[in-house]
Amino acid sequence: MATTTLPPLTKKDFQTDQEVRWCPGCGDYAILSAVQSVFPELGIPREKFVVISGIGCSSRFPYYINTFGFHTIHGRAPAVATGLKLMNPDLEVWVATGDGDALSIGGNHTIHMLRRNVGLKVLLFNNKIYGLTKGQYSPTSEIGKKTKSTPYGTADRPFNPVSLAIGSEATFVARTVDVFMQHMKDTIKRASGHKGSAFIEILQNCNIFNDGAWHDVTEKEARSEHVVQLEHGKPLIFGKNRDKGIRLNGFELEVVQLGNGITEADLLIHDETHPRPSYAFTLAHMEHRPGFPTPIGVLRNWADVPRYEDTVSDQIKDVIAKKGKGDLAKLLRAGDTWEVRA
Amino acid sequence: MATIDLPIKKRDVEVIDKAVIRFCGDSGDGMQITGNQFTNTVALYGNDLATFPDYPAEIRAPAGTLPGVSGFQVQFSSGDVYTPGDSVDALIAMNPAALKMNLADLKKNGILIVNKDDFGETDLRKAQATTNPLEDHSLDGYRLFSVELTRLTRAALSELGLDAKSMDRCKNFFALGMCFWLYNRPMDSTTRWLEDKFKTKPLLAEANKRAMKAGYSFCEATEAFQISYEIPPAHLSPGTYRNMSGNQALALGFVVAAQKAGLKLFQGSYPITPASDILHELSMYKNFGVTTFQAEDEIAAITSAIGASYAGALAITTTSGPGMALKTEAMGLAIAVELPLVIVDVQRGGPSTGLPTKTEQADLLQALFGRNSEAPIPVLAAATPGDCFWMAVEASRIAVRYMVPVILLTDGYLANGAEPWRIPNLDDIPDFPVKFETNPDGFQPYRRDPQTLARPWAIPGTPGLEHRLGGLEKQDVTGNINYEPLNHEHMVRLRAAKVEAIVQDIPDVVPAGDPDGDLLIVAWGSTYGAITAGVNAQRAMGKRIGHVHLRNLNPLPRNLGEVMQRYKNVLVPEMNMGQLILVLRAKYLVDAQGFNKIQGRPFKQSEIESKIEEILD
Repeated sequence: MATTTLPPLTKKDFQTDQEVRWCPGCGDYAILSAVQSVFPELGIPREKFVVISGIGCSSRFPYYINTFGFHTIHGRAPAVATGLKLMNPDLEVWVATGDGDALSIGGNHTIHMLRRNVGLKVLLFNNKIYGLTKGQYSPTSEIGKKTKSTPYGTADRPFNPVSLAIGSEATFVARTVDVFMQHMKDTIKRASGHKGSAFIEILQNCNIFNDGAWHDVTEKEARSEHVVQLEHGKPLIFGKNRDKGIRLNGFELEVVQLGNGITEADLLIHDETHPRPSYAFTLAHMEHRPGFPTPIGVLRNWADVPRYEDTVSDQIKDVIAKKGKGDLAKLLRAGDTWEVRA
Repeated sequence: MATIDLPIKKRDVEVIDKAVIRFCGDSGDGMQITGNQFTNTVALYGNDLATFPDYPAEIRAPAGTLPGVSGFQVQFSSGDVYTPGDSVDALIAMNPAALKMNLADLKKNGILIVNKDDFGETDLRKAQATTNPLEDHSLDGYRLFSVELTRLTRAALSELGLDAKSMDRCKNFFALGMCFWLYNRPMDSTTRWLEDKFKTKPLLAEANKRAMKAGYSFCEATEAFQISYEIPPAHLSPGTYRNMSGNQALALGFVVAAQKAGLKLFQGSYPITPASDILHELSMYKNFGVTTFQAEDEIAAITSAIGASYAGALAITTTSGPGMALKTEAMGLAIAVELPLVIVDVQRGGPSTGLPTKTEQADLLQALFGRNSEAPIPVLAAATPGDCFWMAVEASRIAVRYMVPVILLTDGYLANGAEPWRIPNLDDIPDFPVKFETNPDGFQPYRRDPQTLARPWAIPGTPGLEHRLGGLEKQDVTGNINYEPLNHEHMVRLRAAKVEAIVQDIPDVVPAGDPDGDLLIVAWGSTYGAITAGVNAQRAMGKRIGHVHLRNLNPLPRNLGEVMQRYKNVLVPEMNMGQLILVLRAKYLVDAQGFNKIQGRPFKQSEIESKIEEILD
């Protein structure tokens, strides 16, 4: 029999005929484009892709990408995706979510998905605002932020999404930015190769309700001073002239100026496979300190943890191997029985 | 198969047709185990039976106190048994608190066995008793057997080298041994059970066996009882039987349903009383390919099941009232995306946390209407513990045939109660094979089967069927998002019509008893036993009564309205404030009367009979 080779998939294969209903200028367009560019490169048949979302602007994602898609209810995408993955571990399942969906109403599902290490890829669009409900603060909004629901400023301390993911013992945690197209594509591609839960926070601009929320990170002039790009095995260097670095001093990180006896050899060399989550947590936390840059890239990449769906299906296989395939007639007759004769 | 070796017939054996016994004690006294062992033994002997386990919500309330009392009642008979019995022929009370809480249900001149060793001053104080009932003549109207259960058990186990605490834990088996003697029942089934349960702790197996034998021998030797009782086997329909509780029956029903549908079974669940046993049971059936998922909460339990259904599994989620409340939004999603799912609600007393271990039927309106907007859902209800098996199969069949979520209602009484169950022949249960959509030519996710209005089940991984589902309103056929006014009305009516269409697939009601006459009782759920027994008794006295017990609550059987018109009166007994009656009155304009009990306890046969007499006399 002749084998036919299907033509390779292209970006076009992942576009739908549905009108995209995000606001003009929204960061979501770039994320959609990045995902549509990466998916055909993964060598996975299109029918194996499933995109699952909750509620919010980000969660309209499945309608615009031509795969199997499921727009569920607010916060529950990780739980729906977990059920799907348990019953069909071969699928390539991506969760599109936002800061409100994943960290507020769905916070519980997010942490449990991560600690179980379900083989799901999570794209968390973080715009630090509620867009679809028109401008209330989100669990990542900075303290004191004035919004429609907090005219005198928020009293809530925000979550740092990657810290939360690391705290949940997530096995792959990364951060990228909607306007860094190549970095975003690379990060998405790396996530796709991870076996367990892969969590990507995407810093995303909502130009209607929270324009410029990531200005410090994205503004062309300043970005190199405010962003440190993490690369495995490479020192943490940043600055317009690549003249600043991050050094480990005891348990503390410190920013140092290169030169005057301080060389790259003194800097912290990034190890995304570091066995302790505390290492990645320390990196995640540095942006909260004055003078420190925001890290982007892969903070943690731990390959040794089995996928939840594999452990569950292996257990079923083990029990079948030990007990034999269940005999239903026997099961109905289990325990003490008695005969009543006519 | 058990062998039945009857003990030697004793001095005076009176043959009777039925007995009700209740074991009660502290929740740490092992009353549920004792009751279950007695039940299994009488079941194996061939009696018909019904049980009523009644235990506190607290795992270990302070020992000896009134809130810590746990009870197990069983009625067994040579005739048909429909209820665990209104009042008790023999009461075994392990302490003063148990005695105080249960004495009112003991018949006059009934047998009362108490543990004399637990009626000290402290025990009485814990039970808030001011005088010692063993001495104050308050028990004069009963046949009191005040036995040193603790001392005698310790004496029987003295050679085993156990500490006092471990020995005292065996005293329930001493009491069980006494009951086996009293009702002429063999100890071999319990002996086998002990050997199996304590496989790795043979000393404990031995201790319990000795305690049980000591209790039996104590009766034999002391001539404490002048008489023992013999209840001949019942005339059940021919077949192989086992004892079956409602939760166990549900679990088996779903395993069978999955096989009949040709699907894998997925259960998403979060532990909740009294539904947790379904999860415990199904988690043991891994070798049947069953996937059980203990989710992080009730919402994840149902949404993971929706994900599993999307993947092409027979998906179920099991809970009780508070969990139903949490699952509500997700049920709406399953309705909107038209994926099959079975939601089991093992009802308990509410509102809020309510009475976790006590039974009620007050979630009917929640099941029928408790969702935002127009969100119709088929609702089924099981009538007896064994019926839970059949309803699990039926709910699954409807779910996959019509591509809808289905609610199946049981309750705490059915869940924990048990009855002899005739084991069905698997081949007698029809297959309902599922055919997933595979053809991409002209595929539309919401194109419908003209008869059932079901949309195709198109599972991820199928080439060419890529499509989007979601909770937003959609256009029929294409599934594209659509907010147009007329489209919304069309979709609302269509989802309702789909559920209504199920009526073509469910049987008309045939009243038990008289096909027309003075009174029709319309009821649903676990009231079946008490109503059947009450109606039978009243009809035997010449009254013309029919009984319709609904297993389909949405849609209702087609001929129900017509059947109700054949009787002069319609009575609707419910363990709620009148929920089914609200629906019947609204839908059929029938002048039905309600009969309501909201005490966390099932109806008694006598209560049903009194009500019938009140209406007809």
